[in-house]
Amino acid sequence: MSQVIRSGDYDLDLQELQIDGEGDRMTLSVGPHHPSTHGVLRVVLEIEGERIVKATPEIGFLHTGIEKTAEHLTWTQAITVIDRMDYLAPMSNNLGYVLAVEKLLGIEVPARARIVRVLLTELQRIASHLVWLGTTALDIGSQSVLMYAFDLREGILDLFEEVAGARMHQSYFRVGGLAQDIPEGFEDQVRRFLDRVPERMREIRAILDENPIWLDRLKGVGAISADKAIALGVTGPNLRACGVPYDVRKAFPYAGYDEFEFDVPVAENGDCYDRYIVRVEEIMESYRICRQALARLPGGPVVVDDRKIVLPPKPEVRESMEALIHHFKLVSYGFDVPAGEVYQALESPRGEIGFYVVSNGKNKPWRVRVRGPAFYNTFAMPAMMEGALLADMVAIIASVDPVFGEVDR
Amino acid sequence: MSGPRHYPEPYRGGAAALAHVRDAIVPALVEAFGDGVEPMETPFDQPQVRVAPDKLEPVARWLKERGFNMLVDVGGVDYLPRTPRFEVVYHLLALPQLWRLRLRVPVEEAQPEVPTVSHLWPAADPAEREVWDLFGIRFAGHPNLTRILMPDDWVGHPLRKDYPLQGPRAGLPAHAADRNRYHAPKLPGHPPGTTGLPGGAKGGK
Repeated sequence: MSQVIRSGDYDLDLQELQIDGEGDRMTLSVGPHHPSTHGVLRVVLEIEGERIVKATPEIGFLHTGIEKTAEHLTWTQAITVIDRMDYLAPMSNNLGYVLAVEKLLGIEVPARARIVRVLLTELQRIASHLVWLGTTALDIGSQSVLMYAFDLREGILDLFEEVAGARMHQSYFRVGGLAQDIPEGFEDQVRRFLDRVPERMREIRAILDENPIWLDRLKGVGAISADKAIALGVTGPNLRACGVPYDVRKAFPYAGYDEFEFDVPVAENGDCYDRYIVRVEEIMESYRICRQALARLPGGPVVVDDRKIVLPPKPEVRESMEALIHHFKLVSYGFDVPAGEVYQALESPRGEIGFYVVSNGKNKPWRVRVRGPAFYNTFAMPAMMEGALLADMVAIIASVDPVFGEVDR
Repeated sequence: MSGPRHYPEPYRGGAAALAHVRDAIVPALVEAFGDGVEPMETPFDQPQVRVAPDKLEPVARWLKERGFNMLVDVGGVDYLPRTPRFEVVYHLLALPQLWRLRLRVPVEEAQPEVPTVSHLWPAADPAEREVWDLFGIRFAGHPNLTRILMPDDWVGHPLRKDYPLQGPRAGLPAHAADRNRYHAPKLPGHPPGTTGLPGGAKGGK
């Protein structure tokens, strides 16, 4: 018996998805508007009773053409759309893009800018993992963890607002440094925030670590082997949960990560519980990096001393003709980037995010190809789901941590 | 929380691994395949080779057998008006050796087709679908080469350079404007032009 599934009752001749079933097999379409899909993901499931036989993820519901749009903006303007891909970790996106452009330009940012970038990116990793933790716990049935996690994340968003004026989509990292220096007293604010982290993580783990429901729903569910995960292009915490200690920060250090001391949490079984353990441990490693970054934050400028790339300070623009010309040129035309191509990989909260940037020597990127980790992680879900129970699908989707702004771009 | 944990040593030493790829693997690859593989300079210490489309499958197999177990990314680039117009770019990674290699496959506009590598790395399956969807480059032998980001019945391939960001759909077939329209609900009394108009047309013209 075969069944026909249609995407919806539109006046389009949508391609029909034909699935051949047999016996008690039935097809079930989950999403795209399902609370447990963490965004707009549609999964077409073939089930026999409660067992998932085949899962087919369908994406593209959040496709906004960011790669196309970036080609029509100047190198600096493109930062603002790159932000909007992975909306849970805009700082990581920004960092990857500006590092790629800086490589093409052959410039190195001052030490202060580099350390502030590491500090904010690690805060962003904590924030992203907290959203993941809260929403996953909500899916599994623990509402209070959502409140605990979002309360802590709120502190990070307040810090971002303090430095950049925006809580999300900060566009704070610029080619050549930072948009502006961190405000006075910011370091103390970060310290006050960091003081809250260990205690709050203890509270959250006290709720979850020995919670029988949490353990039953996650342990042994959605396991994937290391070989399979590597073949499917899985990176980040999902890969490290399988026992592969691959972290771009250690393997291909960027932005001065080799100066920092931190561990790479790794688990063994590759199931949902291990993905949870790896992420909560990573929060504490990011906490360590933040502490070190604060301790070694030097003074000095936060942008490179190159008026062809970085805007001159505003007071100077009012007095100096040359500064005014530079300001006008940068705001209207931007700057040229030498022709070439570069691949910049970095460890976003979801895994290896890669920017393959091609320049033809003009003031706009010729091509910004983004290797979204969540894209590949999403297409590894069938390997985790097949053979699992229907109810486990929710736990598996949650544990993979897909962010659909980045999957669909 | 439990006491301090002991994790396995993370993979390190990407810079030395890249040098090894440049000095050992790329020359061996060129020797094995002759004309089909052309070494390129390595900007920013990122080794890359140009591979002829008909040699891609054996080259990929050769590399996979020697340790490149992860296909990190497949992406397309449109170099209009250059010929060959397109390029499909493969980023390979070997774990735990941390070798990275970029394969760049030039593709002619007249015959935009390269062989699939999805039977070697399953990660290529969705990535090649995306390149087909956005660039119109076919992957011969792909099990399910359908659109992935755009709607199934979309006409045109948006990341091509001659596909306009907005405005009249120059170069697209006549039925594209009709088919690719935005399906927004038509509200009573809603001014025309802000929703539901084909071709990115705006109201007030």
